[in-house]
This record gives sequence, structure tokens and C-alpha cells, in this order.
Amino acid sequence: MNNRTVRVLEPGFFTTVQDRGRLGYRRFGMPSSGAMDMRALDYSNVLLGNEPGSAGLEATLLGPVLEFLEDTWFSVTGDDCEPTLDGKRVPSWHACLGRKGSVLRTGSSGRGARLYIAFGGGVDTPLVMGSRSTYVAARTGGYLGRALRAGDCLPLGEQRLPPGAIKGDLVVPLPEAWQPPSYADLLPLRVVLGPQADRFTSEAICALSSSEYIVTNDSDRMGYRLSGETLKHTSGADIVSDGTVVGSIQVPGHGQPIVLMADCQTTGGYTKIGCVISTDLPLLAQTLPGRAVRFRAVTVDEAISARRQYALNLHSLQAALANQSITRAQNAKHYILTVSGKAHKITVEPI
Amino acid sequence: MREPRLLPAGDSAIVVEFGDTIDPQLNHRVRQFCLSLTSLNVPGIIEAVPTYRSALVQYDPLACTWAELSDLLLKVASGLREVPPQRRRVTVLPTLYGGEKGPDLPYVASYTGLSAEEVIALHSGPAYLVYMLGFTPGYPYMGGLDPKLAVPRLATPRLKTPAGSVGIGGAQTGVYTLATPGGFHIIGHTPVRLFDPDSTAPFLLEAGNFVRFRSVCMEEYLRVEQAVGLGTYKPEVHDE
Repeated sequence: MNNRTVRVLEPGFFTTVQDRGRLGYRRFGMPSSGAMDMRALDYSNVLLGNEPGSAGLEATLLGPVLEFLEDTWFSVTGDDCEPTLDGKRVPSWHACLGRKGSVLRTGSSGRGARLYIAFGGGVDTPLVMGSRSTYVAARTGGYLGRALRAGDCLPLGEQRLPPGAIKGDLVVPLPEAWQPPSYADLLPLRVVLGPQADRFTSEAICALSSSEYIVTNDSDRMGYRLSGETLKHTSGADIVSDGTVVGSIQVPGHGQPIVLMADCQTTGGYTKIGCVISTDLPLLAQTLPGRAVRFRAVTVDEAISARRQYALNLHSLQAALANQSITRAQNAKHYILTVSGKAHKITVEPI
Repeated sequence: MREPRLLPAGDSAIVVEFGDTIDPQLNHRVRQFCLSLTSLNVPGIIEAVPTYRSALVQYDPLACTWAELSDLLLKVASGLREVPPQRRRVTVLPTLYGGEKGPDLPYVASYTGLSAEEVIALHSGPAYLVYMLGFTPGYPYMGGLDPKLAVPRLATPRLKTPAGSVGIGGAQTGVYTLATPGGFHIIGHTPVRLFDPDSTAPFLLEAGNFVRFRSVCMEEYLRVEQAVGLGTYKPEVHDE
């Protein structure tokens, strides 16, 4: 029987269950939701050997404090908040074992906006329209359709030993030469122009790629309101509503861009100058209010090759971890050590 | 028929633009396109979202290329025949007008120079075309409001309008599907849920359906409300 749970001692500022999002319901006006920094969630799942798209926690600005009610593998990614387990530092971007009764404390680095915690087997709240993502505005999905509160107990799926681990590990070493992905590499944010780029002046198209935009306080899971050089329209900001996607850069009459994010509406009546490509959204999701971002126009082909590269990177980590499992098992030496008449199994492995 | 414009929406979606007006025929073509494309079950196409005047096709860029997809979309569009819709699927929403549930009915009546009864008769007469869903889950963008009922939106939107509220704003009528802030004048309320996330059929409507409001008395309103609460309510749907 599997009824592992993890208990929320402190919920953090705004922590929700998220996966890759609710796909295939935008025609009903249902936002996709899902992790804002999909890369961080994807990597945390790969590090644990979870099914791709398993649900984890997304914490905003301040992470939660959690108590493991059973031995549980976990991985903290995204903003490096210097997590601790029973008061001792544990590394971000690693698979770590939380013993029954131990307490994982996450917090905030002050550098990024969101951190992710995945658990072996994934968070196992009910699927709603094919997804476990929380859409708070409609009280849909996740844990009772809302942000976590102290005392909540999250059900977890069935876990296995993470890839690259051998029995006895408390922290699984990362494959040699593998580094957590860099956020700085995603700046400037790449943008595919359109669908209404032809409704802007050439100066506006130029300004989008050449000036800085500041993330304002008015930024959340629905959208990031930016402030910077005004983007001028040629014939007004309003259109007969059409479809939006996560990443759409909508520009209302005031000329300041709004980047639509995971919980955005599915249709909109403002011109969209372009769309931030899916692989670069993690950086925006991590940018704190008051910080600047820049954009760079790319072709659809460039955007798609970035997406392919992303998939390759995930696969190569998966392969390296699988390989590591084999070599570590081969190199490990097993002994039986008897202390005061009591036998202990010991594994010795090279570091 | 003019070929639609294909416009990029990032790396995972293409906008197939058939026009830029609000027009039932244009919208019908968009929906036919979406149905036709969906029936092909093309691997990698996640969904086709119909809007007033374009379809947004979401795809998995790892499963299909832009070039392949563009060809396919244009082919599907050129294969559409100009057939007017044969039947209209009309969903009837029992609605209690006025009173506490429709606090702005007197205002709409005085603004339009009609009596409250005339407002109700004009509003509950037509079958409104659902052009598309959006704004909030399951929210129908409807056309066909009698121009006599057009009223400018509230200058200061209400902070919270209960789900089920039936309102008029500008030349549009709508039904709130979530308790949200809103600028519509609320003239009534329907107990029927247009969005119920926990149901096996979370959405009452889809683009291309029609909606008709039926004025009901308090007694029937309460009966429907109870049935909805118990999960035994069967929506009134007619094919006309």
C-alpha cells in the first residue's frame, strides 16, 4: 500500500501544486496553468526519475517548510534558496533523501522568484481535466484548488530509487561535468514576432529588441506587466479578440507590454507584438519585480531548435544518470562489518 | 474564398486568421476549420481554439514542423465548403430577472426607456450565438443582443459578481462563470453552472452553440438551483 504523505508546516508565501499544465482545454476558456519555470520542474523530475510531467510544488518568493512522514526522495530546483534538512544544508538541483520525521526548510535567496520541490513519485492529488496543476482563480486542480496552508498533507505517488543513486545514498551525486542549467544564458529573452507585429511602428519593433524593460510589482501567474519604452501602434491597440498563448506579449493602448503567463486568459482583445519562446519563459518567471529584462527577435525555426536543444539536454542528463547507476554499482564494494556481535552491511564506493 | 493568413504565436502555436470582424459567417468558417482539423487527429496537434475570426492551433514543436503544419492548415482551410449551419443547438438558461439577483434591471430599464418587462422580453427572446469561449473558463462570448438593450458598462466595475449573474455591457450580454470583478449591469441570475470543474463535463457550452434565456419565477428558480446543487439537473438543450 502506498500512502506516503508530506506535511506542510509552513506554506511559504504562495505555494501551489503544478505540473506541465492542462493541455487541450483552451477552447473552453480554460487557462493551461502549470509550472511558470517549467525547466526547473522538468529537471527536478528527471533528477528523481519521475515520470515526465509529474506534479511538484511551485513556491513564490518564500518557500515552504515541510515534514516528511515517510522516507521520501526530493529535489529542490529553481531559485537556489539554500534549503536545509533538519538544519543542515542540502544541495539544490540534486536528489536528496528526507528521512521519516525530518524537516525540509526552504526560504528565499532574494535572487529568483520561484523555487520548485519535486518528490519521488510526484504529488498525487486528483487529476482535473488531465492535470494536477492548481488554477486558484477557479479553485481548480492541485490541493483543493488553492495555495497550500499549514497542516495540509500532500499525497505522494509511488517512488523508486532515483537514477544515478545506489542504496545508502542520502544525496545522489550529479553526473560528472553536469551543471545545473543557467538562467543568465536565457537573456535576452527570445521573441517570435507576431501575430500582430504589423500593427506596430517600426520604431516599436526596434525598441522591443533594443531597450530594457523593468518587471513591475503587478506581475503574477497571469501575467508580467513591464515598464519601459512605449511601443506605439499604427492603428490602435484593440483588435477583435483572438487566441492567446503563454508567452504572448500583449500591448494595450498605453504602449507598455504585458507578457501573458501560465494562468493567462485564453483570448484577448489587445494587439500582441510577439511571443516569448517557451524555452526562455523560465528566466522571466524567475525575474523579481524591479529587475530588468531585454528581448531579442528570432525566427520560428530558431525558437523550435531551442526547444529541441532543451529536450536533448533533458535526455542527456537522464542518460548520464542511468549510466552513473551502472558504474557506481560496479565500482561499489560491499562488506559485512560486525561490531560487538552485530552485523552491518557496508558499501564502499569511490568518490 | 480568400486563403487564411498564417501567423506565428511563439514556437508552439499558429494563428489561422480568416478575417478581422465579428460576423457569424466568418465565425462559422473558423469553427468548421477547427472541427475539420480536429477530426484528422494529426499527431502533435494539441488543440484548435476557435475565436471570433481566427483559429489558434497549438502544436508540439518536437512532433511536427512549421512547414508541414502550414501546408496542412492551408489544405484543411481550402477544403472547407460554404455550407450554412443546418441546425442550431440551443441551450436554455432558466433565469430569474430583477430583484436581489438582478439589481441593475431598473437601471437598464430607465437607461433604455423601456419597462422592466420589456427588457426581460427583449433579452429572453433571441437565441444568442456563442462565438467563442474565453475571459474565464466556460464564459461564452455571445452575439445577437437587441441594440435597444445596449447600455454602457459600469463606470466602476463591481469587485465581485457572483457566478451565474446575467448581465449587459455595451452591445453584449454575458453570464459570469466564476465570481469575478465585472463591469456588466446585472439584470438576472441563472442557477445553471456554465463551468463546474469537478464534473465529468466541466463546460456547459462550446463555440457554435446558442443560448436562450428563459424568464422563470422564484419557485422554478429555486427548484433548478436545488437540482443543480444535488447534481441531478439536466441542461435544457434543443436542436432547432
